[in-house]
Amino acid sequence: MKTIKSPEELKRLRNEILGRRHPKGEGTNDKVLIRVHSGTSGLASGANEIFDFITLELEKRNIDAVVIRTGDMGYCFAEPTIEVTLPGKQPVVFGYVDKLKADEIIEKYIKGGGLVEGILPVNYQTIE
Amino acid sequence: MSQYRMQIMVCSGTGCSNLNSEAIFDNLQLEIEAFALENEIQVVRTGCFGLCGLGPVVRVMPGEVIYTRVTPDDAAEIVTEHVLKGRKVERLLHKDPVSRKILSTEPELSPFKKQLRIVLRNCGIIDPENIEEAIAANGYEALAKALTELTPDDAIKIIKDSGLRGRGGGGFPTGLKWEIARNNQAEEKYVVCNADEGDPGAFMDRSVLEGDPHAVLEAMAICGYCIGAGKGLIYIRAEYPLAVARLKTAISQAREYGLLGNNIMGTGFNFDIEIKYGAGAFVCGEETALIHSMEGLRGEPTVKPPFPAESGFRGKPTNVNNVETFACISPVILKGADWFRSIGTEKSKGTKVFALAGKINNVGLVEVPMGTTLREVIFEIGGGIRDGKKFKAAQTGGPSGGCLTEKHLDTPIDFDNLVAAGSMMGSGGLIVMDEDDCMVSVAKFFLEFTVEESCGKCSPCRIGNKRLHELLEHITKGKGTPADLDRLRNMSKVIKDTSLCGLGQSSPNPVLSTLDNFIEEYVSHVTVKKCPAGQCRDLMEYFIIEANCVGCTACARVCPVNAITGVRKEPHVINPEICIKCGACKEKCKFDAIIIH
Ligand SMILES: Cc1cc2nc3c(=O)[nH]c(=O)nc-3n(C[C@H](O)[C@H](O)[C@H](O)COP(=O)(O)O)c2cc1C
Ligand code: SF4
Ligand code: SF4
Repeated sequence: MKTIKSPEELKRLRNEILGRRHPKGEGTNDKVLIRVHSGTSGLASGANEIFDFITLELEKRNIDAVVIRTGDMGYCFAEPTIEVTLPGKQPVVFGYVDKLKADEIIEKYIKGGGLVEGILPVNYQTIE
Repeated sequence: MSQYRMQIMVCSGTGCSNLNSEAIFDNLQLEIEAFALENEIQVVRTGCFGLCGLGPVVRVMPGEVIYTRVTPDDAAEIVTEHVLKGRKVERLLHKDPVSRKILSTEPELSPFKKQLRIVLRNCGIIDPENIEEAIAANGYEALAKALTELTPDDAIKIIKDSGLRGRGGGGFPTGLKWEIARNNQAEEKYVVCNADEGDPGAFMDRSVLEGDPHAVLEAMAICGYCIGAGKGLIYIRAEYPLAVARLKTAISQAREYGLLGNNIMGTGFNFDIEIKYGAGAFVCGEETALIHSMEGLRGEPTVKPPFPAESGFRGKPTNVNNVETFACISPVILKGADWFRSIGTEKSKGTKVFALAGKINNVGLVEVPMGTTLREVIFEIGGGIRDGKKFKAAQTGGPSGGCLTEKHLDTPIDFDNLVAAGSMMGSGGLIVMDEDDCMVSVAKFFLEFTVEESCGKCSPCRIGNKRLHELLEHITKGKGTPADLDRLRNMSKVIKDTSLCGLGQSSPNPVLSTLDNFIEEYVSHVTVKKCPAGQCRDLMEYFIIEANCVGCTACARVCPVNAITGVRKEPHVINPEICIKCGACKEKCKFDAIIIH
């Protein structure tokens, strides 16, 4: 990556990244996006295992998705937690994710849009 | 794309469950089945919506309609009206208490959600090891703005006007601190980020560094620009390996992208950041001790003044701020002082992150506007007390703070109200205690920590705290006298008045605050020698209820010191003189005949 030489270049880079992410405009990711919350708390309850399981299974089941590691959201009581964003949908956070749950999330939610138990609704407001 | 035409989510968080949300779930399910809609409509339980005050809550998608205060009897109407006819059930929608306007959808109800994420805005959202994710989330935008559109004085004015106060414990106005550092002329100055985080139970700084390290790097650079420093240092404990690793990655990526280093974004501003490791001593979180530790000296505090802003790292003006304080900076610069001022109370602006721990259901991090009440934090966001027990107290400010009780539940939490209540904000640990916790033991626990962590430089803290701890130990063993309570008070006062640094000056707070709020518990320990919470082992007495005992002899056989005697099929007795209170008999008895006094 070349260095950013001016504030305008920073803006340009940001737009470029957003453009890559949402080729058809804001909020239109065309791939499934999965965030595995991998801070100390998530990792301590097995986030790495879940990350590997999900990555492998999605590949096996031919689902085109982006899986990333992030920090924790603070839901220590429900770790490991993951967030799944289906194309054109609001993100959904699932708690108490073990391999069984992860499998259910892939089969039911990612493939069919059906919800599974263990959803942690967005209980906060954010700033944009 | 969903196979379901409609989805109904029933909150099964602790708050709503206690209000019978399970029956709502069952009834909805039955109604859906009655209309043979189970392949089209899905009913599912979810975690807490953060709307416990309006619970039980049911959400219907699509449309994101939220029904509040739903009863099991409402299930039929939700199905026949909303599901079948597509009409919202108006009487179950929430009306704004002021305007009487009906609020029906998730976004409309969001102001009723108690949490607001400013510090944690990117935690769990971005990949902290990929700087492009941070940039996509407006990372380094505030730095760009400061460097090109604002003079250092302008930027400091924004921070001052925002009302931001330090989150490391003291609550000192951040803008003012930066101004002082700016006005102290020197060739070299330093920006220090305090990531020592030594309070037991606190982990908000760690979470920010693990989830959004660039937020801190960017803010340090802004601070450097404001005070005229070219170098930043992050003091972090080596026990935070993941935070350290992610910080390292973040720093090297920021350098690579020209966002740290020389001539940042072509503006001619130079700023770089280095990590310094601490060995995890609580006292090294105190800023003078922290600076000495970074200089390779012993991590001992020195008298202030001189303040770090005058003579800090290597004798140069140094601005020390906490991780969470830094994490507030970029939003303030981008969204302005008025925006930040609009959140919080009169003298405490913005939000505070709390680490909820102890006997609470939703253990974890929450971020709420200053002025949120303890009741909202514990019972709404935190999901209430575990196992349906009774709330007794909450410790804020860790070993330097005090406890808040039932009567403080509706006090808006901010810097000044906590001090008035005999506690303090501290770094944001919030440990919840229930009816089973003995407050004398709680005070003893914190004193144990202080004794362990005192650097030993000054005698009031080194010796005084040890004595305080011994007295508490005495009391919990049933050897205390009423005069000991006065002794505790007097000694606490002397330690507070004569210790050198904040550690010693605040260490007796847990004792004083429990004495103030729970004096009857202390009195019971020193007079009738009973622990009302039943926690102090030495004050317990195991006792067999004659009426319940069938004389099975199980307890007598398991007792390791043969304290139990009795004839087969006759009630047994425990000899309190011999009993060592191990509890083995109580576990063994199948007839609930053994109780603890
Ligand atoms: C015993 C003791 C421990 C402290 N521990 C910390 C700590 O872990 N993290 C922190 O930011 N501040 C800690 N402080 C407060 C710092 O001395 C300093 O006030 C703070 O870092 C300033 O940053 P702020 O203005 O952003 O709050 C501690 C103070 C004392 C007396
Ligand atoms: S008050 Fe305690 S920690 Fe602080 S300098 Fe004195 S001995 Fe050390
Ligand atoms: S175990 Fe219970 S019932 Fe049996 S002898 Fe002991 S007290 Fe009585």
